[in-house]
Amino acid sequence: MNWFRDFLLPKSAASNTGDVDGLFMFITWLTVFFFFFNGGLIWYAVRKWRRRSNDDITPHITHDTKLEIIWSVIPLIVVMFIFFWGFRGYVRAWVVPNDALEIVVTGKKWVWEFEYPDGSRSLNDLHVPLNKPVKLVMHSEDVIHSFFVPAFRIKRDVIPGRYTELWFTATEPGVHQVYCTEYCGKGHSDMLARIFADTPEQYEVFLREGDEQVRKMPLKELGKLVYENKGCATCHSIDGTRGQGPSLKAIYGQQITDAAGKSHTIDANYIRESILNPQASVVAGYEPIMPTFQGLLREREILGMIEYIKSLQ
Amino acid sequence: MADAMTPTAAHGHPDYLSENKGLWNWLTTVDHKRIGLMYLWSVTAFMIIGGLLALVIRLELLTPRQTIMSAELYNRAFTLHGAIMTFLVIIPAIPAILGNFALPLLLGAKDVAFPRLNLASLYVYWIGAAMAVSTLLLGGVDTGWTFYTPYSTTTGGGVSMMVLAAFVLGFSSIFTGLNFIATTHKLRAPGMGWFQLPLFVWGMYSTAIIQILATPVLGITLLLLVMERVFHIGIFDPQLGGDPVLFQHFFWFYSHPAVYIMILPAMAVMSEVIPTFSKKSIFGYKAIAFSSVAIALLGFLVWAHHMFVAGMSLFAGAIFSFLTFFIAIPSAIKVFNWIATMWRGSIDLKVPMLYAINFLLIFTIGGLTGLFLASLSTDVHLHDTYFVVSHFHYVMAGSNMLALLAGLHYWWPKMYGRMYNNTLATIACTLIFIGFNATFLPQFVMGSRGMPRRYYNYLEQFQTMHVASTIGSWILAAGLFLALATLLASLRKPKDAVPNPWNGRTFEWEAGSPPITHNFEHTPVCIYSPYDYREHPVPIAEEEKSAH
Ligand code: HEM
Ligand SMILES: [Cu+2]
Repeated sequence: MNWFRDFLLPKSAASNTGDVDGLFMFITWLTVFFFFFNGGLIWYAVRKWRRRSNDDITPHITHDTKLEIIWSVIPLIVVMFIFFWGFRGYVRAWVVPNDALEIVVTGKKWVWEFEYPDGSRSLNDLHVPLNKPVKLVMHSEDVIHSFFVPAFRIKRDVIPGRYTELWFTATEPGVHQVYCTEYCGKGHSDMLARIFADTPEQYEVFLREGDEQVRKMPLKELGKLVYENKGCATCHSIDGTRGQGPSLKAIYGQQITDAAGKSHTIDANYIRESILNPQASVVAGYEPIMPTFQGLLREREILGMIEYIKSLQ
Repeated sequence: MADAMTPTAAHGHPDYLSENKGLWNWLTTVDHKRIGLMYLWSVTAFMIIGGLLALVIRLELLTPRQTIMSAELYNRAFTLHGAIMTFLVIIPAIPAILGNFALPLLLGAKDVAFPRLNLASLYVYWIGAAMAVSTLLLGGVDTGWTFYTPYSTTTGGGVSMMVLAAFVLGFSSIFTGLNFIATTHKLRAPGMGWFQLPLFVWGMYSTAIIQILATPVLGITLLLLVMERVFHIGIFDPQLGGDPVLFQHFFWFYSHPAVYIMILPAMAVMSEVIPTFSKKSIFGYKAIAFSSVAIALLGFLVWAHHMFVAGMSLFAGAIFSFLTFFIAIPSAIKVFNWIATMWRGSIDLKVPMLYAINFLLIFTIGGLTGLFLASLSTDVHLHDTYFVVSHFHYVMAGSNMLALLAGLHYWWPKMYGRMYNNTLATIACTLIFIGFNATFLPQFVMGSRGMPRRYYNYLEQFQTMHVASTIGSWILAAGLFLALATLLASLRKPKDAVPNPWNGRTFEWEAGSPPITHNFEHTPVCIYSPYDYREHPVPIAEEEKSAH
């Protein structure tokens, strides 16, 4: 009967789905059974006791307490059984494992934004490692949305002004569809996303080089994205105004003097060192407060940053 | 139910249709029967509008991308469809049409307790309906009939007007409910105790309890919504410091009981039609009567089962799921009672009975699929997919409409004094059964496969099922159209119905077809149980004696 399950439900791709599917199929068979049971009784009654004449005499039966108790108690037992089964699955889906990888999800009309632990972000595509628990911490920037992954049998509303959580462990490699399931206006049905459940090798590549969008992005644009998303902008302006750190406007190729009195030409190597080991040379007149970005930026993102700074003439 | 000698219209009083003809007399009438008929045609008009919208929606969904209209228009179409069908069709349908027409007759009364209030409810309904339709001029409404915040407080268009329309319509519902409660308490025929009430009355009474207790909550909620939209008072919108989920609690606190406003009357009709056409006493009178009341009361405790994924606590989820399962039991009991009523009866497959059997099958599917949604882990997967859409169409569109049609075909001879064409009506009933299942069975499957509701575009993998559903909708529409045409066609011939065409035992069959304005020439007296089909019915008094 697996074909019937596969007809009714999408292929499951996460841990914890077996229990949900089992219950789903149990209620399905119960429904099929009772439909044919009731239908059969009606059919039988109509066949057997079809009116022959208007003078037909029928027995005067007003009730049968025993029968009525039986047909109240049996359904009661059945539904209580279903209740506990469903409750058990719900609890399992509720308790997040401690070692789960945390992803921040932002819903807004009509896109899904994902933020990874390293601070990098992506739109509508989420990469997760196979067989590792992943926790989504979700909120909305406008109206209520809902994050639904049929293949994982999970769903939860994404609400403005509060956080909701969802977790899963993907067990099937490949791409899994995500839908918005709380009506949110014109683009509601286009508010789709994909979860890429990566094998360890694929996930390695993703961690090193980012996802497809990032890999395909021109270096300069990638640099701009890094500048905006990774916090550079809080200290470094791009219009020449002085912040906590020097502005990045038109600095490429310039000479500067550091706090120790040494002079440097700002080139690719200097920029690279300033990002990964900022204390090595601090421009005279500034505090040594910049944190290192060692391990937080991918190689290609550093290249992108260099190109971006070059472009700020 | 009374002694068989009750005279009918033969005494020379004209029947209620022939007396005081003319539009003005109809518009100012306080006759519950005329008010019932005016409701009938008003509701039918809106059912046609809502139905056409449904056909348009299904047509758009024939292809995964744009078929005939834009996303904006689509969103407005399904909102208007849902709002019209819920607030203007299904909620008033059975109480306001069949209840108004039949309840006083079933009680042996001359009219309802407050006839003027009854007329007022009709006018309030018209005003509410006009307001709902006027939203079309204000740019339409695109929130869905559920008006979830903060979408509904931030989007444009005629949301406030639509919400006020629902508010006004609530009063119409309250007036009807009040009237039925008072009528049942005060205007029962002499000798009619609570357990001699026809079960239709018990059903209407339970419905009225919900109408009176729950509708004010909706009213207040909707007013709060309007205050937020118009005066920017922060109640639901987090931007203004409100709580968006609070609205859902308020909304479902009304709207869950409201689903029982839609189904209890349907069940009430079943309890009249099935015994009559089985020529046998209803099985388990008290079980049916008390389960109506149980449903009405328990129905107030389960609202949050619409919110299992809306960020409720684990504990709350468990409680609401548990209580929801409880309420499934009285529904199951009733279905078994009706089947037991047919058992060893003398079953006459006239059109009302065919609709009743149709109801039993459709309601069985609708009720059982409720179990998937009441159970926590499966609801997480199914919530807000087409599975839910299909479930509630089975229970409200399907069951309510079939019961309405059963009742309409049952009391039609009483309403208009004419019999309709049995063959055509039978074909219509069959088409409706086929069309309904063809439309909505595929929706269960696409829903459990992940197709979300309220989607304008969809993934290609769902197209086959959408096409099946759209074709089903055409069959369903053809069936409904045929049913309507058959009933209307009967009006062209002279009155030919006898007072009691189905050999029913309740009071209305002792009045003329159609009855006189004051229903009965002589006040009927309740001597026999309404479901005593024995050759020589035993008077209630004696039966009670022998029972002790
Ligand atoms: C056997 C009894 C029933 C059970 C256990 C049941 C259970 C449920 C549950 C748990 C939901 C919420 C599903 C979700 O949103 O995820 C639901 C939705 C709904 N049910 Fe039922 N139900 C039953 C009968 C009925 C009846 C008799 C009606 C109306 C006549 C009804 C009308 C609805 C409607 C209107 C919705 C959803 C409305 C919306 O979201 O727009 N149900 N049902
Ligand atoms: Cu509900």
